[in-house]
Amino acid sequence: MERINDKILSGERITVDEGLELARAGELHQLGFLADSVKKKLHPEPFITYVIDRNINYTDICISACKFCAFFKAPEDEGGYVLTHEELGRKIEETKELGGTQILLQGGLHPDKPLEFYEEMLRYIKSHDIHIHGFSPPEVCHFAKLSGLPVPEVITRLQKAGLDSIPGGGAEILTDRVRSETAPRKCSADEWLNVMEEAHKQGMRTTATMMFGHIETMEERFEHLDRLRQLQDRTGGFTAFIPWPFQPANSVLNHLPTATAVEYLKMLALSRIFLDNFANIQASWVTQGPKIAQISLYFGANDFGSTMIEENVVAAAGIGFRLSELEIRKLVEGAGYTPRQRTMDYTLVNRA
Amino acid sequence: MDKMVRESGLGDILDKIRAGERLSTDDGLRLYKSPDLLAVGYLANIVRERLNGDKAYFIYNQHINYSNICTNLCKFCAFGKDKESDQAYEMSIEDVKTKVRERLDEPINEVHVVGGIHPDLPYSYYLEMLTGIKEVRPEIHIQAFTCVEIAHLAEISGQSIEDTLKELMEAGLGSIPGGGAEVFSPRIRELTCEKKLSGEGWLKVAKTAHKLGLNTNATMLYGHIETLEERIEHLDMLRKAQDETGGFLTYIPLAFHPKNTELPDLTRTTGIEDLKNIAVARCFLDNFPHIKAYWVMIGPKMAQVALSFGADDVDGTVKEEIITRMAGGDSDQALSREQLLRMIREAGRQPIERDTLYNVIKAY
Repeated sequence: MERINDKILSGERITVDEGLELARAGELHQLGFLADSVKKKLHPEPFITYVIDRNINYTDICISACKFCAFFKAPEDEGGYVLTHEELGRKIEETKELGGTQILLQGGLHPDKPLEFYEEMLRYIKSHDIHIHGFSPPEVCHFAKLSGLPVPEVITRLQKAGLDSIPGGGAEILTDRVRSETAPRKCSADEWLNVMEEAHKQGMRTTATMMFGHIETMEERFEHLDRLRQLQDRTGGFTAFIPWPFQPANSVLNHLPTATAVEYLKMLALSRIFLDNFANIQASWVTQGPKIAQISLYFGANDFGSTMIEENVVAAAGIGFRLSELEIRKLVEGAGYTPRQRTMDYTLVNRA
Repeated sequence: MDKMVRESGLGDILDKIRAGERLSTDDGLRLYKSPDLLAVGYLANIVRERLNGDKAYFIYNQHINYSNICTNLCKFCAFGKDKESDQAYEMSIEDVKTKVRERLDEPINEVHVVGGIHPDLPYSYYLEMLTGIKEVRPEIHIQAFTCVEIAHLAEISGQSIEDTLKELMEAGLGSIPGGGAEVFSPRIRELTCEKKLSGEGWLKVAKTAHKLGLNTNATMLYGHIETLEERIEHLDMLRKAQDETGGFLTYIPLAFHPKNTELPDLTRTTGIEDLKNIAVARCFLDNFPHIKAYWVMIGPKMAQVALSFGADDVDGTVKEEIITRMAGGDSDQALSREQLLRMIREAGRQPIERDTLYNVIKAY
């Protein structure tokens, strides 16, 4: 353990086995100290960043039926929705009024909308002049499948229609065992990574996520992190990593317990330590609440994520935390940092 | 990890803590002011593990708030109401007994009874409440009446505090909760609760109780208008009293909740403040056996993390605690035993179900 500590403190990369050893025997304070030292080396400036954006979930109709999801409606269910351009426009204008710089555009895997539908949506949103962070890899794969076009071409067309960057959602756990047991109709681990690699090659930045604390093992979590680290070595296209614990309420897996705060902080710290080639790690206040999110800033997080003017997916699992930009700034200041608004690619925003 | 603490400039305090030396009030202030939360938590954890090992205590208890009618009406309180308020309530002795009777089938160890400073309930009401609870549940431990209420009971009974406590003990009082301490500083009491028993009065009741063999707890309400110096002064007064009597069992920092109080413009405490108040207390109050992270106040997630920042107790399966809820506390009202056990184990601690006096009921 002493050797692993020294390695991390001297800025050396740790192996999967060393990561697993830290996960097994590392104490909370130790992981905090180590993650904090890695964070401070990458971010010597006293800033904690956040982005002002809004989640827009253009539809909740989804053919994927993942067991951990409380948000979707199956195509045959009643009450599913698809947002109109008018509704989209109103949400975007509200976002801009609040100082928002981007929208996070994601939705269910709709059974029959053609690629042109999404292109039109992008062009419409782009007419409002805002950064579009949209369509996670499962959506991109789904569009490719429905249209019969290869993934690279789908990405090219989406980008041309206005897509600026791709969110890291739908990664869940990037191993095929976990995916086949919880989300068999969602894209495979390889497909997810392939979308990201392709997007990076075409010059788009993306984020990466991990949803942990359901049926996966610690080894599988590290396989996930390792695959992300390898891809990042090849492309450097990821801007940030966002781990959060599975919220079981209202999902098919509601018999599982929710990961505790200590488990969250440890996983956050392990991610910061292991993903040495990721510049930014985000705290998940939506799942952890303001208090633990603030504590996260000592466990490797350098970013408070989004103000989430609207959030529907976690809310569907019965988690009701809401934070205003002002509250986020106060939490950051309370931790001794200067809060700074940023854009998707972590450029700082100067607002009058 | 000692190196990290030294790098944060707290090396001398680390040395003192390792040597079991007492911290000065200046040391305490430095810990409060240190931006290095992890280092402060690490120091607190050294003390915590020395005193309590890996144990994390909880209790299965029942809370009864017999009345919210109160003549003090402290500015930081959302619970107390004027007698004329339409939200005012008071339970009869029969109501209290019914509450206890309703839960006879549960393995409850302690009834925790706290209320307001009622303008006209007679002294006999309080004695009858204790005997009434004992009638329904003879073996139960009753932790009742903060030092503020005890001083009020002495006043309405026309007796000394000592004689009042003796009568209450005869009627069934087993120990005294730590509430009403707020912040001892006269400045704070003048600004927020000028009618309340003074800090000295509070300590006098506690010390009298200790001399009679009655254990008590201690609290501090933090996160309103108090300064760091006033917090340390408060802790220092508690530490001195404990040196004299040794009767305090547990120190419980209480997070101020502004909603529905007369200080609504203040914000809620942050996670860092909550952990700091636990960790600094654990380092400073070297003569207190236990530090509690009261999960109803700070939420189960914070209470769990606090087990690595100095706390060795998370309270327990609380039902019907309404003082915090009135002030907008949004923690679930009860954690099941399973949830508590899991939370403690995930924090790397051993769950110990205890009684009021920290006798082990079951080690898990």
